[in-house]
Amino acid sequence: MTYQVNSRGYYGNFGGAYIPEMLYQNVEELRQNYLEIMESPGFQQEFQQLLKDYVGRPSPLYKAERLSRKYDTNVFLKREDLNHTGAHKVNNTLGQILLAKRLGKQKIIAETGAGQHGVATATVCALMGMDCIVYMGSIDIERQKPNVERMKLLGAKVVPATSGSQTLKDATNEAMRHWINNPTDTHYIIGSVVGPHPYPDMVARFQSVISEEMRWQLEEQTGDELPTCIIACVGGGSNAMGAFYHYLNDPSVQLIGAEAAGHGISSGESAATTILGKAGVLHGSKTLLMQTPDGQVVEPYSISAGLDYPGIGPVHAHLHETRRAVFHPITDKEAMEAGLQLCKLEGIIPAIESAHALAVLEKITFDKDAVVVINLSGRGDKDLATYITYCG
Amino acid sequence: MKTTIKKQLDNRITELFKQKKNGVLSIFCTAGFPNLNDLPLILQTLEESGVNMVEIGIPFSDPVADGETIQKSNKVALDNGMTLQLLFEQLKDIRKTVSIPLLLMGYLNPVMQYGVEAFCKQAAEIGIDGLIIPDLPVVEYTEFYKPIMDAFQLSNVLLVTPQTSKERIQYIDEQTDGFIYMVSSNSITGKAQGVSKEQLAYFERMNTLSLNNPRIIGFGISDAQSFGTACKFANGAIIGSAFIRALEVEGNLKENIGGFVKGIIGT
Repeated sequence: MTYQVNSRGYYGNFGGAYIPEMLYQNVEELRQNYLEIMESPGFQQEFQQLLKDYVGRPSPLYKAERLSRKYDTNVFLKREDLNHTGAHKVNNTLGQILLAKRLGKQKIIAETGAGQHGVATATVCALMGMDCIVYMGSIDIERQKPNVERMKLLGAKVVPATSGSQTLKDATNEAMRHWINNPTDTHYIIGSVVGPHPYPDMVARFQSVISEEMRWQLEEQTGDELPTCIIACVGGGSNAMGAFYHYLNDPSVQLIGAEAAGHGISSGESAATTILGKAGVLHGSKTLLMQTPDGQVVEPYSISAGLDYPGIGPVHAHLHETRRAVFHPITDKEAMEAGLQLCKLEGIIPAIESAHALAVLEKITFDKDAVVVINLSGRGDKDLATYITYCG
Repeated sequence: MKTTIKKQLDNRITELFKQKKNGVLSIFCTAGFPNLNDLPLILQTLEESGVNMVEIGIPFSDPVADGETIQKSNKVALDNGMTLQLLFEQLKDIRKTVSIPLLLMGYLNPVMQYGVEAFCKQAAEIGIDGLIIPDLPVVEYTEFYKPIMDAFQLSNVLLVTPQTSKERIQYIDEQTDGFIYMVSSNSITGKAQGVSKEQLAYFERMNTLSLNNPRIIGFGISDAQSFGTACKFANGAIIGSAFIRALEVEGNLKENIGGFVKGIIGT
């Protein structure tokens, strides 16, 4: 069984590059060049140096003692929340902007939901002196104000997506339309392992630094590179893919994705794509997609704007179909409780996205000597208002 | 390189281009817009007004290649309750009253959910002549969809853009039938205005390639002038957004349509 993308851009039955002809040239240019550029010594040197000095990598692997005691097992947190800009997103935006520069692009566009990817994109655009436009749903602009202000401070132009449901899905539509209209000088930095091939593979490779570090950090701390289990939240699935990447071919390592169940699977307000989705095509790839029987994309719901997406990366659809990874639905309430618990037990305020992964500890009983790694994908500063409202 | 002998499809599209080499006017409308059941009347009126061919848009929640006007018409149509099933129902007897070529144009996902084979079968049964599915890539079409569409005598119209290389245009010409849909500029629908120097160069470049298929220019064609220009460089043109806007005007639907078409081609 292979979990890597094949030459046609597929992971098993999922993936491909379902794009209108207007985007063919852009995506093809990327497909033909991404591996060669990414593997070139010059690129690697610049990328690794910036990951170290600018992002602050390696991110710590932290044994959460009090959390471990509570669940009577060994819980490690991979601290992506300590990266510059506060989440794993910057691993990808940094990689893509270095690649865009080498492709001779002068302008960058991006979509964002919660604003984390938008901030990470605006950040690297400032770093490289490139123009930056971030598309964001009008509703998300309202509910994620601080991140909008951060992007503006960093010099980005934030354009509201006013079409459709005015959230992440529509921001992605608008970014794709912008790219169709500006094909030659612009690179589109997609924020997750979604989109047409080669995006899912490219983003997975940039995020794979997470599991690359996990292997030696675990070896150092436990004497074994292999944990029992890795847990990560999944919206599109980039932090999960980064955390799974170097363990895909170690079958003893259980891979667990935490999906946003919103108000519950059968509530009609959910974003649990592996349960509620069916194979379909959106934003350039064939994947599991929440949709009506007539093939219209359904508006998902989650308390966390970063998981509020009707699809899932095609690689995760494949991991789900082959059962290499198992996906658990986590409700808003379960995530909020797990997030608040981490505040009290470990002095860490997690992003609500990451809190979904923490909530899996309530769902599965692990052995006393098991090693459980949770990818703490982001910090919760941006979610203060939601935490306060929840506690109020 | 034209060694493959392609079996010519025999449908109303191929027939139209045998009869009419120039000035083909094609109109795009969104099924279910402005009102849920307007489609048959719109098609009849377009034919009566002298339109040569119609692309019937299947509404989709996420039309990434479309500008504001068509996006909005998609949303209105879906809110009106349009579905693919209902669309086929509305067109069940359309060939009793409409004889010009009809194409279905829409994004892949609704087609995929209906079932590609069931979709093609149903389309062929009601007398649809061709399909335009912008987000179905050429390679997927060639490998998996073409045999099914061919079996039902459905032309699959493929797009080319100013960025498409000469080799790829020739490859697309080999794979497609009916006509080639020339996207006039690097843009979504309803955006470009007028014809630029770069566009003229692209239109002329297409002219020199001696392709098998007729060519129709679309995107940014909105009035008699842009239609006229497009017809100088291709066999005809498609008008979409401008027609959708004409349907939004208060008043009698038939009169609006008649007036719009008259504004493009005269009486």
